Amino acid sequence: MAVKTRILDIITRVAAEQERRISKLTDETVLTDSGLDSLCFAIIVARLEDELGVDPFSQAEEIPFPRTVGDLVALYDRGAE
Amino acid sequence: MTVPQIKPVVLRDLLNADTALRIDLPDDTSPALPGLDRDDLIQLAGRTVLIATRSQASTAAALIALDGVASAFVICPPDMSSDLLRSIAETAGVEAIITDHSDFDIGMNIPVLVRGTNNGIPDAKGLQQQETRWIMPTSGTTGRPKLVAHRFSALIGAISSTSASTNPVWATFYDIRRYGGLQIFLRACAAGARLVLTNPTEQLGDFIGRCTAAGVTHLTGTPSHWRRLLMSPFASQIDPAYVRLSGEIADRAILDALRAKWPSAAIIHAYASTEAGVGFEVSDGQEGFPAAYLGGLPGIYLKIEADTLRIRSSRTALTYVGPDAPVLLDDDGFVDTDDVVERVGDRCYFRGRRSGVVNVGGNKVHPEEVERVINLHPSVSMSRVRSRRNPILGDLIVADVVLKPSASAASELDHTKLKDEILSACRRDLARHKVPVALEFSASLPLIGSGKMGRQHA
Repeated sequence: MAVKTRILDIITRVAAEQERRISKLTDETVLTDSGLDSLCFAIIVARLEDELGVDPFSQAEEIPFPRTVGDLVALYDRGAE
Repeated sequence: MTVPQIKPVVLRDLLNADTALRIDLPDDTSPALPGLDRDDLIQLAGRTVLIATRSQASTAAALIALDGVASAFVICPPDMSSDLLRSIAETAGVEAIITDHSDFDIGMNIPVLVRGTNNGIPDAKGLQQQETRWIMPTSGTTGRPKLVAHRFSALIGAISSTSASTNPVWATFYDIRRYGGLQIFLRACAAGARLVLTNPTEQLGDFIGRCTAAGVTHLTGTPSHWRRLLMSPFASQIDPAYVRLSGEIADRAILDALRAKWPSAAIIHAYASTEAGVGFEVSDGQEGFPAAYLGGLPGIYLKIEADTLRIRSSRTALTYVGPDAPVLLDDDGFVDTDDVVERVGDRCYFRGRRSGVVNVGGNKVHPEEVERVINLHPSVSMSRVRSRRNPILGDLIVADVVLKPSASAASELDHTKLKDEILSACRRDLARHKVPVALEFSASLPLIGSGKMGRQHA
């Protein structure tokens, strides 16, 4: 499964678990506006580490701050290479 | 010989005489109810009062009205259950309740005053002025909060020295009904300016928009709040002169990122807790604090003993409240912060909590309270809850679970179902940040020499 599909899948599952209503996810969706709060986002990053085996946040020299879904996917795409 | 009477300082005295404090909240949270009036003050004089409001503004109005009038008040954080409020009220010996919630009922036969913010500060002239105890609940090992009593003079002990900036406009991600937020509220009272507050349902962009409109210069929050802001497009819409972090360990990554975003801002991380009060501030942009602070700061004495930071100052709390309250200060007047600190050369670094308390984005989680819920499941033999490092919130909660022999022999399908059942119970009984984000079954858990379960400590 492509990284993007897996990321979107995890976001949707975490939102459901956390009973959050999220907007339709596109590359341009701003993460902090999507209906996800910091706890949701923290869980998503933890699940992605488990499923993809990478944590680009801890590996990077400078901590990245992705703003949109597209930024997030790009971060993991790079990390998975 | 007569001893001169020292008039206690009260919140009314702190308020800026020239400009009144204006609290800026999202629209839906400020109820249009009359505030406390003089008759209320006469009724509440010398009493212990529970302040449990929905709106932060209603609590602010009650604090200003009652400090110096009531014997004590208990400042309740939001979202406490009726059971918890009742337990707190009983422990503190509360004699009246102030709320802005018309349906408020915790089943106690004491007066309930429904009050908001809609008039000025009531006249307290002629009422006997006293030193009101400010009581704040903090989380305890059993999940029941401990009640921490402060005197007003201790709460404002750190303020005069740090509010030197001219005309600051404060905003905070914190709720003013917790220690960190209360500090910002008191600073804003002294400055006589606008104070921009938020609530959990407000969108980040709306909050930052209100900050910009109010001309906010001083913005404060936990490292997790700041990470969230930096991840949003709204960080570029605000240009604070003063950035303050507290409530969690401020690591190098977040300090560097803030510096890169706002090169000319003062970036301060502060050490404070409900029990220890405002400890100290670090303004050199580096994580941890200078070892020279140990024994070398005016008005506050820091030491490391048995690996944890101990603080003695005039800003620490007075005592815990209640019949079986633990001892807050040791014989030498020190508060044990329970924060593990390691000295490396001329710098001291925070390593986490000694008691194993996990800090999820500024919210404390006691592993035992989560284990208690997990262990209630009929198939569970024992469990261990621990932290897992997370780049967004510092730490998250994970659980290792040992099943009873009958259940551990079951199929993988049954194990998936068990996992769902256990996590559903956690979601039902625990606050969101306390629910494990991952749950693993294991054959056994290590026990240490004393027979206690081994925990990973900082």
